[in-house]
Amino acid sequence: MPPAPDLVTQSAPLMNILLFLPLAVALVILIGRKLLGVNVCVFLAVASSAICLLCAIMNLGVVGSETIRLMPFLILDGGKLLNIGIDVLHDGQSAGMMFIVTLIGFLVQVFSVKYMEEDDAKPRYFGALSLFLFSMTGIVLADNLVMMFVFWELVGLSSFLLIGHWFQKPSAAEASKKAFLTNRIGDFGFMIGILLLFGVNHGDVTFAGLKESLLMGPLKATSEGQGWLMTAAVLCLFMGAVGKSAQMPLHVWLPDAMEGPTPVSALIHAATMVAAGVYMLVRISFLVAASEMGATWIAGIGGITALMAALMATQQGDIKRILAYSTLSQLGYMVMAVGLVGMGGEAMGGNAGHPAMFHLYTHAFFKAMLFLGAGAVIYSCHHEQDIWKMGGLAKHMPVTTFTFAVGTAALIGVPGLSGFVSKEAILGVAWEECKWLFAAGAFTAMLTAFYMTRLFIVAFLGKARSDSSSHAMEVRLPMLVPLLVLAFLSVFSAYHFMEAPLKAMAVHGHGEGHYTVMGISIAALLIGVIAAFVIYRGREKDPLNIKLFANKFYFDEVYAVLIKVFQDGLAWLVTGVEHAVVDGLVARLPAAMVAKVGQKARLLQAGQLQGYTFLLGVGVLLAIYVIVFVLPGVGH
Amino acid sequence: MSSLEIIIFIPFLAALAIWLGAPARLTAVVASTVNLLWVIVLAVRFPAFKSATDLAFVNKHVVLDNPAIAFAVGADGVSMIMALLTVLVTFAAIWQIVDKPSMYHISSLLISGGALGAFLCTDLFFIYAFHEVALIPTFLMIAIHGRAEKEQRLAVAWKTTIYLGAGSLVLLAGLVWAVIEFSGGGKLTFDLVALRAQAASSPLPAAAQAPLFFLLLVGFGTLVSLFPFHSWAAPAYATAPTPVAMLHSGVLKKFGLYGLFRIALPLLPSGAQVPWVQQALLLMLLGNILVVGLVTLHQKRLDDMLANSSVMHMGYLFLGLAAGTEIAVKGSMLLMFAHGVSIALLFAICGRMRNQLGTLEMAKLGGIGSHAPFLTVVFAFGAFASIGLPGLANFAGEVMIFMGAFANGNSSSTLIPAQGLTALHWTVILALWGVVISAVYMLRGYRAIFQGTPQTGLFMSDPASGQWLPLVLLAAVLLAVGCFPSLLLDLIQAPLVPGAIP
Repeated sequence: MPPAPDLVTQSAPLMNILLFLPLAVALVILIGRKLLGVNVCVFLAVASSAICLLCAIMNLGVVGSETIRLMPFLILDGGKLLNIGIDVLHDGQSAGMMFIVTLIGFLVQVFSVKYMEEDDAKPRYFGALSLFLFSMTGIVLADNLVMMFVFWELVGLSSFLLIGHWFQKPSAAEASKKAFLTNRIGDFGFMIGILLLFGVNHGDVTFAGLKESLLMGPLKATSEGQGWLMTAAVLCLFMGAVGKSAQMPLHVWLPDAMEGPTPVSALIHAATMVAAGVYMLVRISFLVAASEMGATWIAGIGGITALMAALMATQQGDIKRILAYSTLSQLGYMVMAVGLVGMGGEAMGGNAGHPAMFHLYTHAFFKAMLFLGAGAVIYSCHHEQDIWKMGGLAKHMPVTTFTFAVGTAALIGVPGLSGFVSKEAILGVAWEECKWLFAAGAFTAMLTAFYMTRLFIVAFLGKARSDSSSHAMEVRLPMLVPLLVLAFLSVFSAYHFMEAPLKAMAVHGHGEGHYTVMGISIAALLIGVIAAFVIYRGREKDPLNIKLFANKFYFDEVYAVLIKVFQDGLAWLVTGVEHAVVDGLVARLPAAMVAKVGQKARLLQAGQLQGYTFLLGVGVLLAIYVIVFVLPGVGH
Repeated sequence: MSSLEIIIFIPFLAALAIWLGAPARLTAVVASTVNLLWVIVLAVRFPAFKSATDLAFVNKHVVLDNPAIAFAVGADGVSMIMALLTVLVTFAAIWQIVDKPSMYHISSLLISGGALGAFLCTDLFFIYAFHEVALIPTFLMIAIHGRAEKEQRLAVAWKTTIYLGAGSLVLLAGLVWAVIEFSGGGKLTFDLVALRAQAASSPLPAAAQAPLFFLLLVGFGTLVSLFPFHSWAAPAYATAPTPVAMLHSGVLKKFGLYGLFRIALPLLPSGAQVPWVQQALLLMLLGNILVVGLVTLHQKRLDDMLANSSVMHMGYLFLGLAAGTEIAVKGSMLLMFAHGVSIALLFAICGRMRNQLGTLEMAKLGGIGSHAPFLTVVFAFGAFASIGLPGLANFAGEVMIFMGAFANGNSSSTLIPAQGLTALHWTVILALWGVVISAVYMLRGYRAIFQGTPQTGLFMSDPASGQWLPLVLLAAVLLAVGCFPSLLLDLIQAPLVPGAIP
């Protein structure tokens, strides 16, 4: 579908600013940070994200879709042989997602100005944040899978830089490496998926091209004749999402990523980057719908992640880790929603609204809010993160406590708040498609209410249990404003006045069964909250002690063994074999020659130098001899 | 006299001048700068100058009539890219601080001149001869100035000499066979352009192409450290003085690939697709990627790790050869350039670390990022480029190679047959796992050396401002080509695979 020319000229400059302004800021900070000074760097980063937010707001309410080429990338033969560009797909889904990314990005940068005040490496921090905004924008705007992969890896890089911001600390350095490498495993599958589609669809991996091809092109033939290939492609692409959105079994990097500064956790490891996997799956939801088996797997993995992560969250003590497991669990919900919608064979995508996108959108606000709230708490408690060493914060930090309570209420789905509406949408689809997953989802909802209430009671209510929490003070305005804005959105983001411009996010009416679903989820909410109150009110330490959950089902321990055996052990073995066999057999003859010729060379008593030149000289002389004396004879 | 002839002889003349007593560093720097700028100018003007045969700046001096040998120069797009790579890495290598300037600079200039000659000549005899000329200083520098005890460096030098000498002889046999095969009945000619024309107009049957292709594969492949003929390479690079390691692994080694893509492929376009050759090639390149990849993972020292990684990454270029489609072959050209720049950058930093720290054992290092932020950033550029991070040059080449194995462009049909994936596709998938392996060892190395708490007693400082230039230049080139691959792709618009759709 060729885009209308007037539309192109209108939005191309906006798109250019959205994508390239943060990159320009990152490069300026990289090159000129010494020259500009710390304050200018910080100002540039915050100002540029404000401009991007304005551009994103101006983009809202887009009708239809258009493709704009910002830059050529891999072009062969004028695009006839290979045509992959940095092309923007400008539609409701990307416009809505851009609003989320730039708004939270801006708020987090404002928050960071105060939070990171005493950090020595502020330019590096803000530069990396700008690089992240650039990369994330690229994922959101991408119109083809290769471009998405490019920026997919770049968010991996910026995440690596930000988790490892305090790289002198061994745990932070390890966590950044773990995050990058775990994502690389996901990207391994992602790339295979892209290549399969590239092959099947004759080199066209644009979303529009794939969609068209599925209707009446090579993909249609493939999905009818070679279903396995379609399923393989979908599951391989899904593997990318498993890495980036930290689904089982590649979830292990996300809790460790909490080693990064807390505002980074809010932006990247809660609201936006980790949601990229879900965003990508929604972009290709028409492909998911074409593969029954693929959709089932996606829904299953999502459901398992939602449930297991919620179980792990119930026994954590670190405030950020509780939120991290909660993020895993909520991402599981979204992934499950993609699978469920695909199982229904109903390709929603695009402007129609998708429950996964809807939950991504509401979750982004309340989870960013919760992380920034945790950041405010950690800041006030002098970097104490253990909730059992907090307590009584409500008295010292009333505004933070209020916003945290709002965020908690939204996350656990108190009716009337945004989280309730979007969770209902997902549970509604689950009710229709698969009762098992509905049960898992409802049970997860109960666990969510339980662990979040536990967190709130232990950290904010009761008496202070350490010096750091008894001396905590309310944070200053630059940190409170982002909290209040996000608290407002946590309540109202699912209301009509907010979601109307974000058409792609909104989902309305999911048929019958609605009242049953709603009843079950409100019951789950009540059970979870009451149980937490009964168990945790007024406690000094955790009365429950479930080793399996506290130790996260021993995933890390098992992986450590697997890496030792299958990676390091194999490397050791192969190195040994290589030395023995290849070097031994292939090089034995040369080695023997070395000894022989070496002796001869020494006999010449002219040192080693001549030896080498002699040997080579023989080659050249032989060549000349053959050419001058032998070949002319052959010619005749 | 063609510009190309001057470019080839400038390094030789500069080496001669230094030998005769000219100030070593000044002469070398001036010569390499002039060459760098000149080649850039030629690359910019190349599209306007190239002829119908896709050659530009042609010149020819006949040496022998029968067989026809001429000192003939001429650049097509690929030679232009290789020349750019050569002058870029030469510039950076010469800029390195060294303890014996004249000896080092003479050898660097000779390697550079030899490589330029090999890439810019169009006569097989001179292509071969220039490469041999460039090899001699490589061996000598490893033997005399290698970074190891005398016994050990002599052993390494000998091993390298024997392997490369044997590889060159196999190669010579293959080239002579090719000359006889494609001279077209009349008198023999070493003119590559004429040989290519003959191969295009009356190609050999595919089955007959196979043995000759395989011979050339082994000959050229040994020079590129193709598994299992690779075991000379890692010790050679780990032992060689820094400028030599940069020039050989970055530039001179690419000669073997240049030969495969520009001599073997045009003359024997079906050679790599004959089943037994393809199977052998796929197995060997998997040896490079997986076996050497795991060996790289096992290394404990930075120089050993980089040296092995350079061997491993050659597998991806052979994958481009095995795929043999226009997209994959053009991707290989990009990757050859990108790999040369990134490995030269990494060896340059590694050399500086060896001089300052005295040890490259990763377990003993740590926290250098705190003292030397500039070096950390440029090392990260090189490391992330070499593990294929998008936005840096290597990714563009790698992804084109992978894509080329799955589809031959927009217009033609899929390369995935109805009954399932082919051996080539499975190889690509295993090669993609190799990308994960490279990320593991590179990030482990980065973590061990640059992150963490600084080790007491080990101090590493950023270089003085004058020493930044070559490192920044190489990093900037990686970024520029990574973001705008068309900078190089536009030079190779003409089809590189015979019979491909133009």
